[in-house]
Amino acid sequence: MNPSGSMSLSGAIEYTHVGELRGPLAIVEGVSGVGWDEYVRITLASGERRHGVVLDADRDRAVVQVLEGTAGMDPEGVRAAFTGSPLRVPVGTDWLGRVCNGRGEPLDGGPPVLGSHTAEVGGAPLNPVRREPPSEPVLTGVGAVDALTTLVRGQKLPVFSVAGLPHLELAAQIAAQATTAGEAFSVVFAGMGLTHADASFVRDALEARSVAGELVLLLNTADDPVIERILTPRIALTVAEHLAFTEARHVLVVMTDMTTYAEALREVSAARGEIPARRAYPGYLYSDLASLYERCGRLRDRPGSVTVLPVLTMPAGDITHPVPDLTGYITEGQIVLSAETHARGVYPPLDALSSLSRLMRKGAGPGRTRDDHLDVAAQLLAALARVRQVRDLADLVGQAALSPTDRRYLDFEEAFLWDFVDQRSDEPRALDASLERGWRALLTLPRSQLSMLPARLLDAHGAKGLDEPGHPGHPDDLDHLDGLDGLDGEASR
Amino acid sequence: MGAVTGASGTRRRPAARQPVSRILRVTGPLVEMEYSGGIAMYDLVSIGPAGLPGEVVAISGDVVTVQAYEYTGGLAPGQTALPRGHPLSVRLGPELLGGIFDGLLRPLSGAGDWLLPGTQRAAAEERTWSFSPLVAQDEQVTEGQTLGEIRGAGPVPVKVLVPPGCRGAVEEIAVAGDHPREAVVAVVDGTEVTAGTRWPVRRPRPVRERVDSHEALNTGQRVIDLLFPVARGSTVAVPGGFGTGKTVLLQQIAKWCDADVIVYVGCGERGNEMADVITELSELRDPRTGGRLADRTVTIANTSNMPMMAREASVHTGVTVAEYFRDMGLDVVVIADSTSRWAEALREFASRTGALPAEEGYPAGLASAIAAFYERAAAVTTLGGERGSVTVIGAVSPPGGDMTEPVTAHTERFVRCLWSLDRDLAYARHYPALSWAGSFSRDVPVLAAGHRAAGDPAWAGRRDRVGAVLAEADRLADLVELIGIAALPARERMSVLAGRLVREGVLQQSALSERDAYCGREKTAALTDAVLAVADRCRELVDSGVPAASVEEVDFGPLLRAREDTGPHDIAGVAARRDAMLAGLGAVQP
Repeated sequence: MNPSGSMSLSGAIEYTHVGELRGPLAIVEGVSGVGWDEYVRITLASGERRHGVVLDADRDRAVVQVLEGTAGMDPEGVRAAFTGSPLRVPVGTDWLGRVCNGRGEPLDGGPPVLGSHTAEVGGAPLNPVRREPPSEPVLTGVGAVDALTTLVRGQKLPVFSVAGLPHLELAAQIAAQATTAGEAFSVVFAGMGLTHADASFVRDALEARSVAGELVLLLNTADDPVIERILTPRIALTVAEHLAFTEARHVLVVMTDMTTYAEALREVSAARGEIPARRAYPGYLYSDLASLYERCGRLRDRPGSVTVLPVLTMPAGDITHPVPDLTGYITEGQIVLSAETHARGVYPPLDALSSLSRLMRKGAGPGRTRDDHLDVAAQLLAALARVRQVRDLADLVGQAALSPTDRRYLDFEEAFLWDFVDQRSDEPRALDASLERGWRALLTLPRSQLSMLPARLLDAHGAKGLDEPGHPGHPDDLDHLDGLDGLDGEASR
Repeated sequence: MGAVTGASGTRRRPAARQPVSRILRVTGPLVEMEYSGGIAMYDLVSIGPAGLPGEVVAISGDVVTVQAYEYTGGLAPGQTALPRGHPLSVRLGPELLGGIFDGLLRPLSGAGDWLLPGTQRAAAEERTWSFSPLVAQDEQVTEGQTLGEIRGAGPVPVKVLVPPGCRGAVEEIAVAGDHPREAVVAVVDGTEVTAGTRWPVRRPRPVRERVDSHEALNTGQRVIDLLFPVARGSTVAVPGGFGTGKTVLLQQIAKWCDADVIVYVGCGERGNEMADVITELSELRDPRTGGRLADRTVTIANTSNMPMMAREASVHTGVTVAEYFRDMGLDVVVIADSTSRWAEALREFASRTGALPAEEGYPAGLASAIAAFYERAAAVTTLGGERGSVTVIGAVSPPGGDMTEPVTAHTERFVRCLWSLDRDLAYARHYPALSWAGSFSRDVPVLAAGHRAAGDPAWAGRRDRVGAVLAEADRLADLVELIGIAALPARERMSVLAGRLVREGVLQQSALSERDAYCGREKTAALTDAVLAVADRCRELVDSGVPAASVEEVDFGPLLRAREDTGPHDIAGVAARRDAMLAGLGAVQP
């Protein structure tokens, strides 16, 4: 029936009639029974192996997008073997402890990853009726994140950053430290378009976790094929779903950088000649991002959970850019990093007032973390909102004209940033310690300002009135502030 | 995409004319197949071995273009497709109440953990329904008339009606008893009538006539019932960026408004949020019937990662379900969250078919598609002569909070009410964050007449006063920021105070509070009157020479907390707090 077809070793029919090569597309002719979105293995005359996906199955023609690009391809001698289904990857615990490229091929010198089962990388939507609403925390060991924007098992919570901020450090730190109260826990880290320096930083930072067999690392570097970037998060999520819902683990999937991913999607869309929508991103960007982020969750009657932490850089710091905007509509809150806080030398440079975890009420507080957790977090945020007003006022009337209470708020901000938020990037901080630091910062304020905290707790922590002596936590008592005066200039003194 | 028009009724073309067709081309959700006769535009097609549902969108020469509603990975040219001979239709019946369905109204409760394309999702169990006839054999009946009732499906009896376009003598009628939904319960003039029915989703169900509505839909949310009320059969758009509390407000209305049936369409929503809605509804009790709130609710869940084309269909499916219950003489509310995701599905599809893009890549037909959707809302006299209504409330999610983007801009023109959610109010924790300056209700004049007829003649005056107080306080707020409150004359300082009292004592409402989540209509009036009376007294005090600062120092807490301290219908409690407050003000001396 088909003169150009022959059986390959794997049993798939190989076709050799490539009628056209254009951009990343190869048009294979004379095919039969080739399905849309089918995965293709391509062998060049030189023996080099490439991979592709069917974009258009039109009668006996198949338009194949070559993942590695068509550079160096001569239509003569090209053999295309259609695998009979969309891309499937092996799944199982064999992935744990492995380091692979964005297509799931080993980078660690080990054998290819095998599994007892394979699964389609596109996944299938979770039945909303079978979802269990998330209700328990993942503790990241990053104090400010755990205390103010608690990550909940089954949640999707993105990190919004701008170029130049340490979001990769934060992502790696969370990936290295996160735990779920002693229950089986794994991390799948998907890096997309990382520079080689960043990739090796991630490998170093996560080495201990990898050795412990709790990590799957997929690294697509900036010089890897662009289209591969579209597969990387899908492979990561497919592996994670299996580890969670079949192997009963709580899995955290860190995906960075989603802006790079969206750019890859745009590049592919342009190559396909699709009509562009906002900022030339394809019209289906929302559905595409949703098909990744929505793979998080928990299921009724099944153990395990998938929690997703995408990291994205906002181009030119613009939160209304399509990638952060659409992400914000899909995800349950956001952790925002601030260039201003970074400039003051605080790590992690969290913009606490813009950050929000929508599921925090369900995953923190009595029975989940600590009884006073939600109250402390609410009081810290309320005080920060007041700090912002006081700063505006100070700019207008000058520090000296501020009321004593307002001046206390400036002290509070110092304590908040340097005692509560600031943390080493290799320092895991227990939630208890973080909340105690939160208390210490709050106690720089007079008791009358702490209206969100119950009197019982205020007494226990020794909250004092404005005029009482021995006010704890005053910046002068924080010895580590010495020598930092130059950094914040006239801000508070 | 366009609405299918044509004669009423669901008469099918003969099945013999639909031969199997062969697939020629597959590219994403677009599938081309051979034209083999007997295929009409918008007909349903089962594609490939898995029988994926699809809809005919173009017929050109001997090629038929079909859009698949599900993921087409692996579908290959040469495989077969089966035209079904009728447009996309849904099963309507008593099982809808309390059920959860996908965008094509296939039940989700019986489906597995993951929704695989093309899998048949049959109802969990095919149960029987208790039918009681209301007509006798040989009785003459006409379209829309009630043949019998099914009880036990929910808080309202589900009626079995004579189908549109059918009239004549009842030739057979089932005796009272249990029947499966597909059972024929009556034969009218040769037409078999089953307990459930089918209807094409893109075709509005016929009515005798549209009527004007003078009756308000009580939502139990003060800012809405007081300032921006909605009539039964009207349309509302709720624009708001992410984080403005849009979903919470819509859920509040789904829980508390006084409609008979709620159709909640989660269109491109978050999966976890949908799980939350489902869990909460099944736990809450209906204050009017004592049953579960879920029992009067039909939930259509099409989360953002479920197939895009089913999302496009889901809003039509939702309205069709609403019309089905409306035709029984019920008041139905459709809540669509969010219509922006529906519009995006339209855009995605248009870009795949290569349609020329208009604004921001949306198809040129966007405005008419939005208009046609909202036009299915109406208060009507049904074919059977009863009064019923469908109210449509659609959320809009403007990208980047940009209110000039096409979906928001077009929707504003076609709706009668706009509840615009404000980021600044949400940031200040003022919930519901409904902006009084940016919202409108064109139903106010008819509802004022309705309230007058219903024994509340003061309603319109009260609304005007609250509007005036808020506008004056907003105007002064700008001034206060510049020169400080102390620099204002005493009377104006009282206006600023009145604005604060109205905002905190009336407009704010806590969705989390057991007593405040729902507020009866009389309590809304009582609270407003109480706050206005206190504001008047404050003004009298400064007029009589009391310094403004002394009035401002009064603890208004008891008045402001009245909304949470009293039950949803406790007018006496509100009056007591008002009197105590007024008495307290009497003690303030010059």
